Amino acid sequence: MGHDLDAQIAEWASFVSSHRPIDGGDVDELEAHLRDQIGELVDAGLTPDEAFLVAVKRMGSINALSREFAREHSDRLWRQLVLGGGGSETEAATAGFWVMAAFAVVAAVVVRLPEAFGLDVVADGESFYARNLSLLVFPVLAGYLAWVRRLGRFGLGVLAAWFALGAVVVNLYPFEPGGSTEILAAIHLPVALWGAVGFAYVGGEWRSHTGRMDFVRFTGEWFIYYVLIALGGGVLVGLTIGVFGSVGVDVSEFVGGWVVPWGAAGALIVAAWLVEAKQGVIESMAPVLTSVFTPLFALMLVVSVVVAAFSGSGVDADREVLIIFDVLLVVVTGLLLYAISARDRDARRGPLDVIRLVLVAAAIALDLIGLGAMIVRISEFGFSPNKTAALGLNLILLVTLTWSGLRLLGFVRGRESLGPLERWQTVSLPVYAAWAATVVVGFPLVFSFT
Amino acid sequence: MHIGKDLVAASATPLVLAILAEEDSYGYAILKRVSELSDARLEWTDGMLYPLLHRLERLGYVEAAWRVPAQGRKRKYYRITAEGRATLEEQRHQWAVVSEALHGAWEGMRATVVPAGA
Repeated sequence: MGHDLDAQIAEWASFVSSHRPIDGGDVDELEAHLRDQIGELVDAGLTPDEAFLVAVKRMGSINALSREFAREHSDRLWRQLVLGGGGSETEAATAGFWVMAAFAVVAAVVVRLPEAFGLDVVADGESFYARNLSLLVFPVLAGYLAWVRRLGRFGLGVLAAWFALGAVVVNLYPFEPGGSTEILAAIHLPVALWGAVGFAYVGGEWRSHTGRMDFVRFTGEWFIYYVLIALGGGVLVGLTIGVFGSVGVDVSEFVGGWVVPWGAAGALIVAAWLVEAKQGVIESMAPVLTSVFTPLFALMLVVSVVVAAFSGSGVDADREVLIIFDVLLVVVTGLLLYAISARDRDARRGPLDVIRLVLVAAAIALDLIGLGAMIVRISEFGFSPNKTAALGLNLILLVTLTWSGLRLLGFVRGRESLGPLERWQTVSLPVYAAWAATVVVGFPLVFSFT
Repeated sequence: MHIGKDLVAASATPLVLAILAEEDSYGYAILKRVSELSDARLEWTDGMLYPLLHRLERLGYVEAAWRVPAQGRKRKYYRITAEGRATLEEQRHQWAVVSEALHGAWEGMRATVVPAGA
């Protein structure tokens, strides 16, 4: 084929790839098709130019094709939504930036608002922020996502009710000061409210599996960005205090009391914006991060299981130990969830999938050990709020991990595709939010606010 | 003969799965096979095959991998999975029912139409 034809095809490919729902791999696939078609037409006697025109025509309208791709790959749809389709990208991106900035300012203002209204947070102890921090900032984040997704009136109503219920429960329930149900509610509320953020993120289409998977991806990437911003912010704050200190001005109180909370709240929104606007950056980073941490966690879990099994004493069923167990299992479940969501679907089964399987198997073993210890404790001392919360979480994780493990096993052995595993992961998502909501709303009632 | 869009869309999944059940294949070859099977009467817009293939992949009916044959260019090959075969079997039954019902209806039509014309 001539030089001209290659240039024409390259131009066509770059035009196709300017349509955001069609990604690099898709363009390669379509280009291979185009070249096959042209080759055959040229063999049939057409000139390369004619063949190119016919082949392009047969491929169909690129706009229609792009819409089809967007429908199938809704995970790529954000590129349309955030940056706007077609030519006016920079304009739309600029508008998106200012909206993000506005929401970030709102988040920063809101976080210190209770004090501006004269609420004596000090008298209420630290428990005011412990209970309400997520209630202050998550609505702003959900509002930002709802704006980006153009959530309808019904969806906005759901969000409002969700946050209002949370606010009522944690602030109007007559908790015993420092009681376990209050602490449990404070820990579980952010999880329950994160469900509302997810609801906003998927534009109210919470039944959509791909939507939920995207939300998992979003959560992981948002977290990475947030940590990066926090690290940078920490360096900046340290330097600021140091520089002012060297000239004899003590700004640590102002910086610590005002700048840090503003920055931390605003960064929630900035991170959400970055996830969407700079998708390409993190898309290549996420698989790397999961491949680094999956083997490390797998190793750590296997070692823990071995130590727990051979230490003789089993698990001492100390409360702290059990809490660490739960935290560890939550982290592992999150890592697995994120690793699956970030996995390149076209990649072949590899050693990393086997390592994931080891990770899950070790986590299940650890979960069972913890569960045994917990049951012993409960049969000895009866149900307390803490133990019940830990037990419930353990059981939920046991079920999700076991089923994920079976699907992963099927995948590694080549019996299943990744589809069932992904679907299972997304099915389990609302369960986490529902369980957290139960702990927040139901536990205080059941355990009479102790 | 022009075949309606809805009918083309409805038959696309079983057709693609059945072609992949014959052997692993890639987009262009699948389209050629469709054209062959229908004596070029079933016409698809070429590009639209790809979103369909990707959907089948997401549903776990097919698996995809890039392969570079000894001669020729890099192509994305699709392979049917066990789940895909099960779906294909199910769709085959459904189509058999539809086709049988239609066939019955054509027969009934001929029985009533012919005497009226005679």
